[in-house]
Amino acid sequence: MDLMTIAMIAAFAPLAGALLAGLLGARLGRAFAHTVTIASVAVSLAASLVLLKEVAGGSSFAGTLFTWLTGPGWSLHIGFLVDRLTVVMMVVVTFVSLMVHLYTIGYMADDPGYQRFFAYISLFTFAMLMLVMADNFLQLFFGWEAVGLVSYLLIGFWYTRPTAIYANLKAFLVNRVGDFGFLLGIGFVFAYFGTLDYATVFVKAPQLAYTGIELIPGDSWALGTIICVGLFVGAMGKSAQFPLHVWLPDSMEGPTPISALIHAATMVTAGIFMVARMSPLFELSQAALSFVIVIGAITAFFMALVAIVQTDIKRVVAYSTLSQLGYMTMALGAAAYPVAIFHLMTHAFFKAVLFLGAGSVIIALHHEQDMRRMGGLRRYMPITYATVLVGALANAGLPPFAGFFSKDSILEALHLSHTPGAAFAYALALAGVFVGGFYSFRLVFFAFHGAERFGHGDGGHGEAGHGQGGHGGKPHESPWVVTVPLVLLAIPSVAIGWWAIEPMLYGGWFGQAIAPTETMKEMAREFHGPGAMVLHAFASAPFWLALGGAGLAGWLYLVRPELPARIKAKSGVLATILERKYGFDDFNDWFFAGGARALGGGLWKWGDRTFIDGFMVNGTARLVGWLAGLARRAQTGLVYHYAFAMILGAVVLVGLWTTLPRLSGAIAAVAGRLGS
Amino acid sequence: MAQTGLPLLSLVTWVPIAFGLLVLAVADDRRPAAARWTALAGAVAGFAVGLPLWTGFSTAAGGQMQFQEMAPWIPLFNVNYHLGVDGISMPLILLNSFMTVLVVVAHWEVVTDKVGQYLAAFLVMSGLINGTFAALDAVLFYVFFEAMLIPMFLIIGVWGGPNRVYAAVKFFLYTLLGSLLMLAAFIYLYHQTNGSFEILDFHRLPLTATAQTLVFLAMFMSFAVKVPMWPVHTWLPDAHVEAPTGGSVILAAITLKIGAYGFLRFNLPIAPDASHALAGFMITLSLIAVVYIGLVALVQGDMKKLIAYSSISHMGFVTLGFFLFSAEGVLGGLVQMVSHGFVSAAMFLCVGVLYDRVHSRQISDYGGVANTMPVFSAFLVLFAMANSGLPATSGFVGEFLVILAAVKANFWLGFLAATTLVFGAAYTLWMVKRVVYGEVANPQVAALRDVGARELVFLVLLAACVLAMGVYPKPFADVMNPTIQELLKHVATSKLS
Repeated sequence: MDLMTIAMIAAFAPLAGALLAGLLGARLGRAFAHTVTIASVAVSLAASLVLLKEVAGGSSFAGTLFTWLTGPGWSLHIGFLVDRLTVVMMVVVTFVSLMVHLYTIGYMADDPGYQRFFAYISLFTFAMLMLVMADNFLQLFFGWEAVGLVSYLLIGFWYTRPTAIYANLKAFLVNRVGDFGFLLGIGFVFAYFGTLDYATVFVKAPQLAYTGIELIPGDSWALGTIICVGLFVGAMGKSAQFPLHVWLPDSMEGPTPISALIHAATMVTAGIFMVARMSPLFELSQAALSFVIVIGAITAFFMALVAIVQTDIKRVVAYSTLSQLGYMTMALGAAAYPVAIFHLMTHAFFKAVLFLGAGSVIIALHHEQDMRRMGGLRRYMPITYATVLVGALANAGLPPFAGFFSKDSILEALHLSHTPGAAFAYALALAGVFVGGFYSFRLVFFAFHGAERFGHGDGGHGEAGHGQGGHGGKPHESPWVVTVPLVLLAIPSVAIGWWAIEPMLYGGWFGQAIAPTETMKEMAREFHGPGAMVLHAFASAPFWLALGGAGLAGWLYLVRPELPARIKAKSGVLATILERKYGFDDFNDWFFAGGARALGGGLWKWGDRTFIDGFMVNGTARLVGWLAGLARRAQTGLVYHYAFAMILGAVVLVGLWTTLPRLSGAIAAVAGRLGS
Repeated sequence: MAQTGLPLLSLVTWVPIAFGLLVLAVADDRRPAAARWTALAGAVAGFAVGLPLWTGFSTAAGGQMQFQEMAPWIPLFNVNYHLGVDGISMPLILLNSFMTVLVVVAHWEVVTDKVGQYLAAFLVMSGLINGTFAALDAVLFYVFFEAMLIPMFLIIGVWGGPNRVYAAVKFFLYTLLGSLLMLAAFIYLYHQTNGSFEILDFHRLPLTATAQTLVFLAMFMSFAVKVPMWPVHTWLPDAHVEAPTGGSVILAAITLKIGAYGFLRFNLPIAPDASHALAGFMITLSLIAVVYIGLVALVQGDMKKLIAYSSISHMGFVTLGFFLFSAEGVLGGLVQMVSHGFVSAAMFLCVGVLYDRVHSRQISDYGGVANTMPVFSAFLVLFAMANSGLPATSGFVGEFLVILAAVKANFWLGFLAATTLVFGAAYTLWMVKRVVYGEVANPQVAALRDVGARELVFLVLLAACVLAMGVYPKPFADVMNPTIQELLKHVATSKLS
């Protein structure tokens, strides 16, 4: 088989699975739905691994599937670009997706929407693959919007819950705001490059990137900067960067498996992937990179802070995801694109572990998500505990777990970067490491250690109100379909950093797929193998900051568990600010949602109804009516009125008949004189 | 040119009309089945005779008119029965014939009052609309254009809602007043061409700048009302709210397109210099439609009104695309016309499905429909996504091309046009949220039954169209592109020199 066929199998197998499960699942049952989708994603993973092997051997290819649309001098098509960046994404996506498919069998066992759920997650896998395999902006946008659609459907999966359908609408609209910038960026690409194919755009970019564009007369911007900022606004939506991050925490209303798959491991990293894919463009705009690094830094630090006051276990992980996405964004801004992809990969594994582990706890406690009603779970759920601990260690960036290598590389990149704003980012990133250590271990200690706080209270606050049987008993470990994916994801969370850092970052893995940069060259000079990196870490600040954070969490939640409440009571305004998430939601609801409704209502009432309909249309009708009323007065029905009018008319006509010839003669004479 | 021996354009015009008269003849309110089946046969026949227009259409013919038919009609004034289509009008004829089939299918168990007359009105209107698109003689065009108002007036006025007479009269007066000025322009052009009503002669006619401006504005009055463009749009929401479902479908899917078609067939080629001079004016009105109407749509509590406003906003993209004078813009506008035909028809049919059961169009009377009508809800969400311009649906293609063209022309035009990404999604999906999702809101929703086989027919057909055009729009573009290029070449040539 040629590579194109394999790529088509990889992409379309999940689509076939989704269609079969979605259209026939209701009739053929649950086993059919999960078998067919799992098989299709497994096929896709296998095909991705074949492609990985092929591409690692040096072959990469781009091929057109079909032409979508043509016009004079341009054509848009659907096609695949499979290179070393693509295959990394494909393997990560299909692997995590397969694990989540397996896990779903256990997690959604009692849900009436079982088949629909499998159809959606397979459809998501297809959309995500189309996104990463695109060889042009059009298909990128297709995938981009398609993953957004599936995200919308899955956040609102439990569509009777008001919070879920609020969250999915919000997610879609906030993403649309990002897409607004994204589409304008694509529009500029098309306007100036005359094509949407990556290859042509990248070739032409160095000549065109510095073309001056005056968006506001007198204020010239480089074309490259405008395009990159536009595209990055799209990434801010999809990858939940400040200030478009507001949808991600609410997306936790969706079932936990998709929180892991879509809102942690894959879809939210689409923006990171996209910027790495566009690295030849971003390399041409220092200003855009600065923008990227600052946005990333703000997200990484300030979202981590919010994580420390959350009590919902999924929301802690969600804010942690926001923060980690901020780290990836900073790496992009530092022009260390391979490092961003590296962190994307390690994060996909360890964040999937954290989410799926959280889900395992949630089902064991009959859909309880509040950590204040957990505690001491490690005795009952040893496998879940062990895997979550691995996830937390990796998330905190402690050596030698996977997250350590990627996060430390990001810090290194920020340290060495020449992007304006890198120093600011470096400071926030370091501070974020401390916070990251703290919230990661706060989760572990709060939920798995300490006093057992579950079993009392009504429970049922969490996801769909259907229990897992055996109410009232002690929690017990989840079934194998849940624990096996956890373990399979925990393994790379431990090992993949050590194993992959050298080939991926410094072995020239990405080759020409990502633009080579100065930052990466300098990092390569400082790198002496993963072992040396671990040893060096013990003597450097990030390690001690992360450890300090973890230690503080231990002290506060294990040694002095009464302290957090007292600290919170003392910290007043600060705690409120964090609990209100800096007030973004309140502001957006009031200003944007409320403002648009008020404006729309005003335009409708005053513009359409009062002015156009009331004044113009009905006013005209009234004017005609009034004139008609005047005319009507003439029609009195009295014969002598009509007779009088006739006489008057006759007099006027006779008068005109006698005077007109003379009058027109005079006019003609005047006109003739003027003409000559 | 691949021409069959049959007068295809006459057939697509007169077959539906003949069947309409036949339906009237067999109509019997006690046994409506005969009228229904006759009407269905007529609609299908009308669509079937239109199909060879697509298969036999030559893309190599450039902007040439194809399938031409010519016969003297009123020799005294040199008025001819002259028909012909190019890549602009041919897809619209097929769209109209297709929609007629759907409307007949959709009415089946719903309309029980004066069934024969109802169906006859639709069939006659379908033929007249096809005639409007095919006419190459200005008088013939005018006759079809005006005659078409009568069945629509009747459909709204007889089968409409409680306030139907106000809506019907508003609709009739608005559109009639506009078209009187167009007639005046035709007569002026007849004199200028020394006695020709041939539209193609008008195209070639040199005109001074002033004459062009006056002709442009006269026709603008007629077509802007039809599109409708802001600020002459307020008849549309009223007409939709009162019209029966079928009336709304044809109104949104087809008759609005006639206005946009008029701009391409008359304004641009007859008055190219005026078109360029007034482009800023047209673009401004179009963008007001996109932004202002998008916001107004957000606050509607009546589903039909919401979709009506959404239509105005989407049609704003069509006129915006046309007056950018670029290949992408005009193609985008044309594709948007066809797509909006599918999507708006689907949305109005969906509202019709709900209305038939609950007898309310108010969003607040619904909630949690997905619980009782899951299949219907899946379709509604699909069409809502198409209405929001999601890629892989037809709604994306036109908007995407117009936004590309707008950014190319001027960033700020693109900026304003692209706001539809947010507004379109906001008003459509907010409605979906309140109607489809949530707990079952009231006993009426609890008692809803899901769509039946007849309703599935039109939902599936439209879904197939929406997806096919979104995934593979090239066949449409291939038909339209040669004509667009000829048109743009013509419009780029000044008539003043």
